[in-house]
Amino acid sequence: MPGPLYIALIPLLPLITFAIISLVGNRYFPKFTGILGTTSLAISATISLFTAWQYFFVEGSVNGVYQQIISFKYTWLEFSPNVSIDMGALLDPISVMMIVVVTFVSLMVHIYSLGYMKGEERFSTYYAFLSLFTFSMLGLVLSSNIFQIYIFWELVGVSSYLLIGFYFDKPSAVAASKKAFIVTRFADLGFLVGILLLAFHAETLDFQTLIQRLSTPGDYLNGIISASFLGVSALTWGLVLVFIGGAGKSAMFPLHVWLPDAMEGPTPVSALIHAATMVVAGVFLVARLFPIFAMSCPVALDIVACVGVFSSLFAAIIACTQTDIKRVLAYSTMSQIGYMMFALGVSEYGENGLGYMASMFHLFTHAMFKALLFLGAGAVIHYVHSNEMKDMGGLRKFMPITHITFLIACLAIAGIPPFAGFFSKEEILTAAFHSNKLIFGLAVTTAAITAFYMFRLYFSIFWKSEHHPHHGDDHHGEGPKTMLIPLLVLGLLSIVAGFAPFHHLVTSDGHPLHTEFHLLFAAGPVLLAIIAIIVAMVMYKKESALPGKISEGLKSIYQAAYRKFYIDEIYLFVTKGIIFNLIGRPSAWIDRNIVDGFMNMMATVTENFSDTIKPIQSGKLQLYAVWFFAGLMGMVLLFIYLWA
Amino acid sequence: MMTNLTLLILVPLLAAVAVAFCRNGEQAKWTAFIGSLCQLLLSGAMAFAYFAERKAGNTAQMLFTERHSWFSSLNIEYYVGVDGISVAMILLTAFVVFTGVLISWNVQTLSREFFFLLMLLGAGAYGFFISLDLFTLFFFLEVAVIPKFLLIAIWGSGKKEYSAMKLVLMLMAGSALVLIGMLSLYYYSDDGNGNRTFDMLKLAYQNIPLEVQLFAFPLMFTGFGIFTAMFPFHTWAPDGHSSAPTAASMFLAGISMKLGGYGCLRAATYLMPEAAQEYSWIIVLLATIAIIYGSFATLMQKDLKYINAYSSVSHCGFVLLGIGMLTKTAITGAVMQMVSHGVMTALFFGAIGMIYERTHTRQVEQLGGLLKTIPFLSTVYIIAGLCSLGLPGFSGFVAEMTVFMGSWQRPDTFNRICTILACASIVVTAVYILRAIGQAVMGPITNEHYSHLKDATWNERLASAALILAILAIGLAPFWLNNLITPDAQIIMENVARGGLIE
Repeated sequence: MPGPLYIALIPLLPLITFAIISLVGNRYFPKFTGILGTTSLAISATISLFTAWQYFFVEGSVNGVYQQIISFKYTWLEFSPNVSIDMGALLDPISVMMIVVVTFVSLMVHIYSLGYMKGEERFSTYYAFLSLFTFSMLGLVLSSNIFQIYIFWELVGVSSYLLIGFYFDKPSAVAASKKAFIVTRFADLGFLVGILLLAFHAETLDFQTLIQRLSTPGDYLNGIISASFLGVSALTWGLVLVFIGGAGKSAMFPLHVWLPDAMEGPTPVSALIHAATMVVAGVFLVARLFPIFAMSCPVALDIVACVGVFSSLFAAIIACTQTDIKRVLAYSTMSQIGYMMFALGVSEYGENGLGYMASMFHLFTHAMFKALLFLGAGAVIHYVHSNEMKDMGGLRKFMPITHITFLIACLAIAGIPPFAGFFSKEEILTAAFHSNKLIFGLAVTTAAITAFYMFRLYFSIFWKSEHHPHHGDDHHGEGPKTMLIPLLVLGLLSIVAGFAPFHHLVTSDGHPLHTEFHLLFAAGPVLLAIIAIIVAMVMYKKESALPGKISEGLKSIYQAAYRKFYIDEIYLFVTKGIIFNLIGRPSAWIDRNIVDGFMNMMATVTENFSDTIKPIQSGKLQLYAVWFFAGLMGMVLLFIYLWA
Repeated sequence: MMTNLTLLILVPLLAAVAVAFCRNGEQAKWTAFIGSLCQLLLSGAMAFAYFAERKAGNTAQMLFTERHSWFSSLNIEYYVGVDGISVAMILLTAFVVFTGVLISWNVQTLSREFFFLLMLLGAGAYGFFISLDLFTLFFFLEVAVIPKFLLIAIWGSGKKEYSAMKLVLMLMAGSALVLIGMLSLYYYSDDGNGNRTFDMLKLAYQNIPLEVQLFAFPLMFTGFGIFTAMFPFHTWAPDGHSSAPTAASMFLAGISMKLGGYGCLRAATYLMPEAAQEYSWIIVLLATIAIIYGSFATLMQKDLKYINAYSSVSHCGFVLLGIGMLTKTAITGAVMQMVSHGVMTALFFGAIGMIYERTHTRQVEQLGGLLKTIPFLSTVYIIAGLCSLGLPGFSGFVAEMTVFMGSWQRPDTFNRICTILACASIVVTAVYILRAIGQAVMGPITNEHYSHLKDATWNERLASAALILAILAIGLAPFWLNNLITPDAQIIMENVARGGLIE
């Protein structure tokens, strides 16, 4: 079914903007590049909204079932008649939902940055990179081909690299950008091998065909299941490898180390890339291949669930101890993505696909309130010029709008009704409860911890010390209008997004899902969250000795969490100690001394040999005569000897 | 006229002669510029003519052929013609020569001689890529070797005499191996009436006895392999590249290493299919070692040129891997990688040369913050780096992925492991490229002197833009290159498959 071609404009507009800004805008109209980028994205976002409306309410469903529509598809690189990389756009509930999220959050960030990045020396470069990122992310979610998604996957990676390292004269930013790229690249290696493996057996790279062949019984499925390596079927290998790629991008344990460091980038970038869009690409990838996971390979799905729930709890614990507000938010992002992951992991395909729906729902609401949190944090950082909690406190008087919107976002992430996070979290917990009680228990614990650290953050920024040391009399704490409007819009959405009828729109098989409201799953976690908020209030609303005492009491655990459980140190040991010193250095040494040494030795031997025999050609006639007669004599003797 | 391939040799030769008769350096460089521009236009026109001809349904294996008897008693002919693979290589050569001249705009000493040699190198490369007669092929291979010695020894830097000697001796050893292999093929090409031939299109279907193939193939493959820096015969590359002047580095890595790859494919694999199958695993093994070991050795390098030279060893490993894997897709990928690496590495060495001209150092730890002071050149360096680490949108990605896709079609464990190891190198590549970029180009300005550097001049901008355009043309729209190469990769594969070992 061919779909509307105007879809192509959604990713192409940011691409064109990128080209214009980087080729001419940078030089000739640097001041207007921000407006240009924002305008083109506004158009893109409008088209996305229109597409979503068309898809969800006009022509997307046939007999109440949402269809997959190929909007367009062009062969980009053909390996054989069946196997080719195509560039296309695949519309289905999740991709349509994603283009709305991506363009909308990106638009908010574009508007916000007009104020936030004003006066920045590389202002136009910043907008060029933002456009590049938006293009890549849109291409990623629209992908109709598994190799296409890999291509855009790498492109969002490089946009993220460029934006994290935006302040390139800061060594820490350069190091963080490098780390982010290399860690995700390592994960992408898994993704690539996974693609090769799946594509080899399914004999296609096209998503629809691939999913169809590997999720329904038949020759292809039998073939890939019967092929095995180390006792594990090729299908499991393939899916787990693909998931490794997703885990890298989505900062799942143990590939999460790059995300906290990525906060070196400008804060609006963190809001867009490292909170709302790029980091959920891994969730999107698993959701895209969900039929294969759910119907052919439950083992791989269990792995997804375990990794998700562990990352979720792990990150929540670390978040309680961090003092840099952006790092707290980064760990909270990791924790919430863990939520989305395990929601997928506990889900089934079709009727019992509550987890799938809940995961996508949480992705949607999380994008709103987490972007809001980051943008709010950006406003705070803009004001106090520091990321550290200790430099903040009592800001509610100076920044009333930021304060209120930040509070809304905190309530949303803590899962307090009627804010957005409550609805999606409740669905996830219900799904977990029906699938696995252990996961459910861990998830509820995480929810409580989340409420605690978010309000620790909130009280530390906006309450605590009443007299702010640096800005005592300065009442102009709020940023310009361009920064406030996105906060207000996102704040509003964080309140109402929870009412979106996701179970009708976004489900694993396109059929609407029947969900019931369970008081148990709603009331229990909300009660826990409220208790956690009260605890946070007692500890952090006023200057108090309590937090210090508690951390003193739990010293070893606190230290371990504060040091992020030493994961960075382990990585450093492996890269520096093993890869550099035990592989790199010996390779370079062997090359210079053994391989090249052998070549040089051959040259030396030749030279020495010629040096040795050189005296024979001395040019002295007498010597030649001696040799001549000696030779003659020798031959004569030889002949006589042979004759006899 | 566009279909007269001999022009491709004559134009650079005429340019060389014209340069030799110039009065001063200024005239010489403009003559060389015009000469190389003519070559670029001619190659472009020839490529268009080729496309038009194919579109019109001409299915001959070689187009625009031309043959003259050269030395009739040994049946040596001047026999030229092109297929898609040669067209791709010719375009590459034209781009690299053109930009090489532009980058060498500031050569002061003996500039007439410099451009003369550069043009001569070009003539050798074009001749090599259009030859269909083994002897002609060998002849042009030699033409492309000698000028390198002079270019490095006279205009080079560092321990240039040592490097020039090393490079030429190793390449000469390679040529000698090729010569022996070639002569054994010639000797056994007897059609029963005592007629022997150097004609490659005939030799390929001559059913050379297996013993002869097993003897000649390693000689020929190793000989050409030395040119393309095959492990363990790659050690000329780091020293040679780093001592060579910028344009010579560009030529050396951009074209000369591709002469080897092309030879491995056209002369060794195509002509000796059974032996190619027999030795496939050794090639794959050596290529995998080169890829992995080259990338790890790069990690430890501190000089920008050494970084790129070692990474070239690793990247050319993909060419050999693609050839060794013996599938249509892998061979297509190998040719794509030759073109892609040629353009990319020319850009890389060009950028390094331009930076070196300004900072007078190539040591990574002495550089820093260049993005602030010379943004254009630094951006060029970053683009070359991103292409090298296989970013989609640039040519490297397309080529590597095609090699991987092709290699994956060999399902046995050995080839699988080698493919996965080769894939793993993309991570190591990212590490060394980003380290170099992070230290040399980004970060704070480390040297007061750097804040007064001047950014690129018009010729440097033009050269960089031309190469970046070529990289993007492959990276964004790979289908044209793919369509150009695949049919001929198919022909080579069909011949190899006659050996019967591969389905």
